[in-house]
Amino acid sequence: MRNTWTICRKELRSYFVSPVAYLLLAMFSLIFGFFFWNALGYFVIEGIEMQMRGQAIPMNINEQIIRPLLSNASVLGLFFIPMITMRLFAEEKRTGTIELLTTSPVRDLEIVLGKWSAALILYACLLLFTALNFSFLFLYGNPDWKPLAVGYLGLLLQAGGLLAIGTFISTLTKNQIIAGAATFGVCLLLWVLEWVSGYESATWATVLAYLSVITHFDSFGRGVIEIKDTVFYFTLIFLGLFFTSRSMESLRWRS
Amino acid sequence: MIRVQNLTKRYARATAVDQISFAVEKGQIVGFLGPNGAGKTTTMRMLTCFLPPSAGTATIAGFDVLEQPFEVKKRIGYLPESPPIYPEMETVEYLRFVGRLKGLSGAMLEERINYVCDRCFVADVKTKLLGKLSKGYRQRVGLAQAIIHNPDVLILDEPTAGLDPKQINETRDLIKSLAGDHTIILSTHILPEVEQTCEQVVIINKGKLVATDSVRNLQERARGAETILIEVAPRASAPDASLTLQIQQRLERIPGVSRVVCREPSGPDMVFEAESQHGQLIRGDLARAVVESGWDLNELRPASMSLEEIFLQLTGSETHSEPDKTPAPQRIPASEPNA
Ligand SMILES: Nc1ncnc2c1ncn2[C@@H]1O[C@H](COP(=O)(O)OP(=O)(O)O)[C@@H](O)[C@H]1O
Ligand SMILES: [Mg+2]
Repeated sequence: MRNTWTICRKELRSYFVSPVAYLLLAMFSLIFGFFFWNALGYFVIEGIEMQMRGQAIPMNINEQIIRPLLSNASVLGLFFIPMITMRLFAEEKRTGTIELLTTSPVRDLEIVLGKWSAALILYACLLLFTALNFSFLFLYGNPDWKPLAVGYLGLLLQAGGLLAIGTFISTLTKNQIIAGAATFGVCLLLWVLEWVSGYESATWATVLAYLSVITHFDSFGRGVIEIKDTVFYFTLIFLGLFFTSRSMESLRWRS
Repeated sequence: MIRVQNLTKRYARATAVDQISFAVEKGQIVGFLGPNGAGKTTTMRMLTCFLPPSAGTATIAGFDVLEQPFEVKKRIGYLPESPPIYPEMETVEYLRFVGRLKGLSGAMLEERINYVCDRCFVADVKTKLLGKLSKGYRQRVGLAQAIIHNPDVLILDEPTAGLDPKQINETRDLIKSLAGDHTIILSTHILPEVEQTCEQVVIINKGKLVATDSVRNLQERARGAETILIEVAPRASAPDASLTLQIQQRLERIPGVSRVVCREPSGPDMVFEAESQHGQLIRGDLARAVVESGWDLNELRPASMSLEEIFLQLTGSETHSEPDKTPAPQRIPASEPNA
């Protein structure tokens, strides 16, 4: 555990001494901020229109702003995750520092956990900045905070799974760009898999749609913690980390 | 301290290390000598548990690298071929990170950091970014990193590669000064490095063990049966066969000379090779004999093998500097590890 923390701290440091972390923070906040003000704009216009038509359907901030924004954030994450994980192992393999890590009295799993948790913490920082936007809603309205909290939990779980996959892919190559591109491809694939359910209802389509990370976010977006979706994300995290540490082992057998 | 038995590493296409056996006693400093591609790095990677052996065993302080890698890792300090540094870290920060990985913490950690900084002469770059340091400093930070947890065994892969002559000397002195506290195994493809730094030498070539002996023994053997090359010019008469024979017989009478052969008995140059008995110095006597017999001495030089030549010969390298030298083959058998 101590070693995990040592590695995690080192990774966080290298994110934050380089421009990487700040660039990601700025981009993520900018894009999400754009989503937010768009959503807010539509909400306001809609409200005014309804008033003019004399309708009195109660407006729901949670349903009309928070829920769509959360699912936007979950998609946005797919684009940022490769940039967070691509260097984790690829860089160490390229510069040879991996030899230092693996010849120190530290278990492979501790190294893997340290790196993955650093990536997750950086992602959590990105999410924290998006939360600033939502705090405006609490200033000027009174949305229900529980669905929002559940939504963020879902975002973290989803990111945890994808970051684990990205970490695994990073062990496969010395080249960060290749690791990043491959992770991006996999993330994108895991997103669009869901589309098959739109026109096909055979078993294979159901299975493919089940594998899509996005479908499992719906329940969290609605503010509901579904066991099966939680289990899905935890399985993804577990498998990703498991394959990462196996890959570290076989890295030596192969190299 | 280090026991290696029939250690083998096979890659998909080639065998990088082939059945190497040797042993290193506590406190020794051993040179691991071989040309590029000999398998030095591969062997060291197996000793440090970075690569698993394909066959054979290696134990460090009694712990097997395959069975108890964790115990082995605790007891070794390793400097890979290129120092494993993170360019975005400061020296102290880096040493702190490595120290924590090796299990140090608190006041003990800070104490060790200060100690190794002084010991490895990096105290003046404590707060510099590693990426901005010169090659020599990086190498020293690499050494500092290797000794931070005061390991029993130090494994250094070409610690002087890529340094300038001044830095090479400093690094060698530093390594020598570490020898008292640690058992050191260092690899190199430079022969004088072994002569200057090490007590024992393990020579490998193309993955195979060629020789293992103490440096002194090797030098002894190199010096032992000396072969001297003499060129004689008769002052009065033209060179002919009878004169050649006469000179040869004269030289053979010198005490300590075991054998004299003429290079080209029928040629115009009278070049002889005189081989001494073990441990005898015959140069002075040869010169005196030639001059006192009324001949001119044109040339007299050792044709014997230096350690370098032994090395070249043992490793079967073709880059012989002087092709006219044909030293008597001196096989040094790969002795059993003196376990
Ligand atoms: N990862 C690898 N895959 C295949 N062959 C390798 C690998 N690493 C080293 N070799 C081969 O093993 C041999 C020994 O290499 P190495 O141990 O690096 O030699 P040295 O350090 O003595 O220069 C070389 O012929 C090299 O080509
Ligand atoms: Mg090498």
